[in-house]
Amino acid sequence: MLSAEEKQEIDRELAHSPTRQAACIEGLKIVQRHRGWVSDEAIRDLAEHLQMSAEDLDGVATFYNVIFRRPVGRHVIFYCDSVSCWIMGFTAVKEEIQRRLGIQPGETTSDGRFTLLPIQCLGACDRAPVLMVDRDTHTDVTPETVEKILERYL
Amino acid sequence: MTIERPLTEHIKPDREPLSLKEYEQTGGYQALRKALKEMGPPDVQKVVKDSVLRGRGGAGFNTGMKWSFVPMGKDAPTPKYLVANADEMEPGTFKDRLLMEGNPHQLIEGMIVAAYAIGATVSYIFLRHEYPRSEEVLNRAIGEATAQGYLGKNILASGFSLEMHIHVSAGRYMCGEETGLLNALEGKRATPRAKPPFPQVSGLWGKPTIVQNVETLCNIPHIVRKGADWFKGLSKTGDGGTKLYGASGRVKRPGLWELPMGTTARELLMEHAGGMRDGYRFRGLLPGGASTDFLLDQHLDVPMDFDSVQKVGSRMGTGTMIILDDRTCPVGMIHNLEHFFAQESCGWCTPCREGLPWTERLLKAIEDGTGRMDDIEHLEAHCKWLSPGMTFCALAPGAVEPLQSGLKYFREDFLRHINEQRCPWR
Repeated sequence: MLSAEEKQEIDRELAHSPTRQAACIEGLKIVQRHRGWVSDEAIRDLAEHLQMSAEDLDGVATFYNVIFRRPVGRHVIFYCDSVSCWIMGFTAVKEEIQRRLGIQPGETTSDGRFTLLPIQCLGACDRAPVLMVDRDTHTDVTPETVEKILERYL
Repeated sequence: MTIERPLTEHIKPDREPLSLKEYEQTGGYQALRKALKEMGPPDVQKVVKDSVLRGRGGAGFNTGMKWSFVPMGKDAPTPKYLVANADEMEPGTFKDRLLMEGNPHQLIEGMIVAAYAIGATVSYIFLRHEYPRSEEVLNRAIGEATAQGYLGKNILASGFSLEMHIHVSAGRYMCGEETGLLNALEGKRATPRAKPPFPQVSGLWGKPTIVQNVETLCNIPHIVRKGADWFKGLSKTGDGGTKLYGASGRVKRPGLWELPMGTTARELLMEHAGGMRDGYRFRGLLPGGASTDFLLDQHLDVPMDFDSVQKVGSRMGTGTMIILDDRTCPVGMIHNLEHFFAQESCGWCTPCREGLPWTERLLKAIEDGTGRMDDIEHLEAHCKWLSPGMTFCALAPGAVEPLQSGLKYFREDFLRHINEQRCPWR
């Protein structure tokens, strides 16, 4: 069941959408904002509200990078692995994060605090390597500055 | 000689966005007034066409000419749409971020004037998810513009009305492709559409739509205010205007610079980026993002404009250069690039979906020291099979640009990996 708040937010999108399906990407993000990730049940509930098939909606959900179809931690660390960050040394930064948190990309720490994921070019290439944690962008990251960055996220 | 920098001169060093009042103090929204009160849509289209403003998203198509294909007049399909492509995801590219974060009203004014020129009544900013600051800043600016009557119904009592919405993407490179973007706006997977019909005639929900890059749109208010001759005069070559150029990699001063269109790659690299960092030597560069061909030292005097860069076998693309230094393995760099493209393939057409992962696998083997001689032939064959016209859209042809030019210019390095069965850079 979509909650009343979720429905309200989705309906606000629908108000200026020429079709119901056009609101589905924002709908997925709304559901994810409320629940942390998008489960099969959430897909079925949202699809019903938008009058789409669950399969079509799942096809959309699994296409896009920031829609999570599995649970994630309280904070998602996105490390850029594109060319400028690669040249400037993202690999050492990623390895430091892996070492500190004891997880590989795609995994979540056992205390549910962090999920680590790669992301495509973050558009701050003159200050590479670049990370995003939740909605924060961190630039000029080195293995030495990783600790202070992670400390901010409880 | 002072260089005019219309796009960035008012952006603050700390990038705090200009408020509507501050933007008006720099002459902001005068172009909108001029367009609505003194010019008809054909007049706006004409000045943009005469200015030789070419698309700044990478393709370099003449903007005014693109607009001329939109059906006009009372029998034209409605509503018509104007979309700003703010999905900046081409690796190595970071220029639209500066424009949106630093001067959001410049983009908004450009969009309103462009919409007026093509008779659009609904507009979207298609923004990438990873730019939350741009989202915040643009949302506030749209609110300010609406409150001031620059957006909404009957703008400045002209009879022209425009809605503006921000659509924040859920993240995928193909959303930056014009027709992929339209599918994403319609709530679908960002797979490409066949052209023709072109979006100008049949775009969003089958209606006439213009999709334009952020930097392109930011030029519109200046062109309308100061005219086509002024705009052409800013450039060193045949393409009008200035260009936001950039550099990343092991240069002394990576960054962005607004300079006359046609500034040479050498000037960008040596004067503005400060040359290579101590201990590093220049080996090559991609002039405009990941999907462009390598240029070497012998090419550095090329003026960075669309036609000149094409003449030396590359593309200017976004104009943000990625620099390869001598301590970085070219095979590794190309492997990283093909990993990106293979991953971002939308899967719609077979050659891209199947071919790009094969190039990634072959490059990984070569880089890891398990490559074979015929791997190079296989890679070259893929460059042919994924060339323009062989795939449904331009993603794969773009992906093989660094690969085919890398095989040509760094062939020795590929051979060393294969003959020595190791990466000499490790």
